[in-house]
Amino acid sequence: MADQEITLMKGNEAIAHAAIRCGCDGYFGYPITPQSEVLETLAEQKPWETTGMVVLQAESEVSSINMVYGGAGCGKKVMTSSSSPGVSLMQEGMSYLAGAELPCLVVNVSRGGPGLGTIQPSQADYFQSCKGGGHGDYRLIVLAPSSVQEMADFVDLSFELAFKYRNPAMILSDGVIGQMMEKVVLPPFKPRRTEEQIKKEAPWAALGRDKNRKPNIITSLELDPSVMEDINIRLQKKYAQIQENEVRYEEYMLEDADYAIVAFGSAARIAKKAIELARGEGIKVGLLRPITLWPFPIKQVAALKDKVKGILSLEINAGQMVEDIRLAVECKIPVAHYGRLGGIIPAPDEVVDALKKMM
Amino acid sequence: MDIKEIIQPENMVYHKPDLLNDVPMHYCPGCSHGVVHKLVSEIVAEMGMNEKTVGVSPVGCAVFAYKYIDIDWEEAAHGRAPAVATAIKRLWPDRLVFTYQGDGDLACIGTAESIHALNRGENITIIFINNAIYGMTGGQMAPTTLMGMKTATCPYGRDAKLHGYPLKITELAANLEGTCYVTRQSVHTVGAINKTKKALRKAFENSMQGKGSSLVEIVSTCNSGWKMSPEKANKWMEENMFPYYQLGDLKDTTNQ
Repeated sequence: MADQEITLMKGNEAIAHAAIRCGCDGYFGYPITPQSEVLETLAEQKPWETTGMVVLQAESEVSSINMVYGGAGCGKKVMTSSSSPGVSLMQEGMSYLAGAELPCLVVNVSRGGPGLGTIQPSQADYFQSCKGGGHGDYRLIVLAPSSVQEMADFVDLSFELAFKYRNPAMILSDGVIGQMMEKVVLPPFKPRRTEEQIKKEAPWAALGRDKNRKPNIITSLELDPSVMEDINIRLQKKYAQIQENEVRYEEYMLEDADYAIVAFGSAARIAKKAIELARGEGIKVGLLRPITLWPFPIKQVAALKDKVKGILSLEINAGQMVEDIRLAVECKIPVAHYGRLGGIIPAPDEVVDALKKMM
Repeated sequence: MDIKEIIQPENMVYHKPDLLNDVPMHYCPGCSHGVVHKLVSEIVAEMGMNEKTVGVSPVGCAVFAYKYIDIDWEEAAHGRAPAVATAIKRLWPDRLVFTYQGDGDLACIGTAESIHALNRGENITIIFINNAIYGMTGGQMAPTTLMGMKTATCPYGRDAKLHGYPLKITELAANLEGTCYVTRQSVHTVGAINKTKKALRKAFENSMQGKGSSLVEIVSTCNSGWKMSPEKANKWMEENMFPYYQLGDLKDTTNQ
């Protein structure tokens, strides 16, 4: 079967191919290591000649995210991708997108910081992605792929969630997943939506006012504080709904576990190897992998407090998700963090040592 | 004669454009924005584009342009309107897409977006209201504030050593390959309003014919910011703004 064909490619390339296949209307991006292959692959694939998808290299990440705002505001399925410093530049736009309730996809193939930092992988953008890197009370839907296959699969899923809730979605990946080559089955082709379908799916979109309706205005501005408070309350209700409905996670060897590792993305891959090594030494340890970083799997992590003696939060950062884990278990069991910084990837045996230290 | 006899179609010599909403404008009396809004409303309707136009409003006094002109709008972040418009036009090529921006929005915080959208030759029109001051925030120095001109942030007058020089971004735009029509107009007299209307119409037609980017600068008054009566502001503009920001077409390749 043609659409079941297994291909070998980089995570960044998988993002590009998946975007074309899921009926994406536009990509706007700016080169930055380690994600430039997304834009390069799109340019090489020339989807404007096949599906009609627009691909544009913008003058900056600031411009990219505002092109995404423009495209999302007129009802189209649009995305951008970047890496940490570029994503920092996009934060103003992310806040506007959330405020104007525009569906879109932002991919962060993150690298080590702070500042210009390093081009090597890191998971140090957890806070920025999940706690609101821009101004105001808003949330992004954040998905963390752990394989090239998930890079491909999460593009369509992100758009689905973004349109379902009229909210920006983010794929928080890192240089490991972006750059490594793995087997992948690309999703089947979905046609881009027609004008009629867009008008039906996004009746709020500013794409030219039909005679029979009032103008559609895309804005996040409201100067009357009582109205602005109502808007904020409505947004918070939406976020609560997302928290209720859209938590995604994976459990691995937790059934008989005395200890749990909580890890996402590439760190979860390392965790699985560490679990194999630890179990070889008779330590019963399992993994809880949050797939949605926001909404965070609070209930699932909370349930661990009655099941295991301690949790190790394995992150390729100085300890960010560990705060959410401690909140979830209400500090009733020990929660330790292990991570490496500056672009160093922790080795599985280091993780086993960290586990033993916690025990 | 009864008033009903007077209000007859054959007696109509002027009426408010249909696209101009019946709401009080927040603009100060004497401000140029109202006239330009009226012209945009007229032209969109005259081109039969009511249902096919998307405006992009800025951050600045015209942030609420969407309340006044009865079309679909996207309100952009400060300076980013040309990026927003770029995406809309590329994704809906049969739509008329324009931005409406002030000097701070277009020529300061949004310089990169303006220059690059114009240089890519995006088929959009940029309407640029240049009143040499930040109106909405209360009269601070703009990139286009004239030498010696006093504002809240250059209270002793603009001084090149402290503040640099007023930016002629329209001249810059005229040098870009992507622009097909770059012009500078004003709306302080009936004659000037008529010329500006022609310029805007031409720019919008260029956008629909795919000829490239058009920039229409409109040298404007800000009587509140300048602390002058509307009449005095018009006179001051003629005497001080026009010598530096000279009116007329800077570039027109549309007939080539």
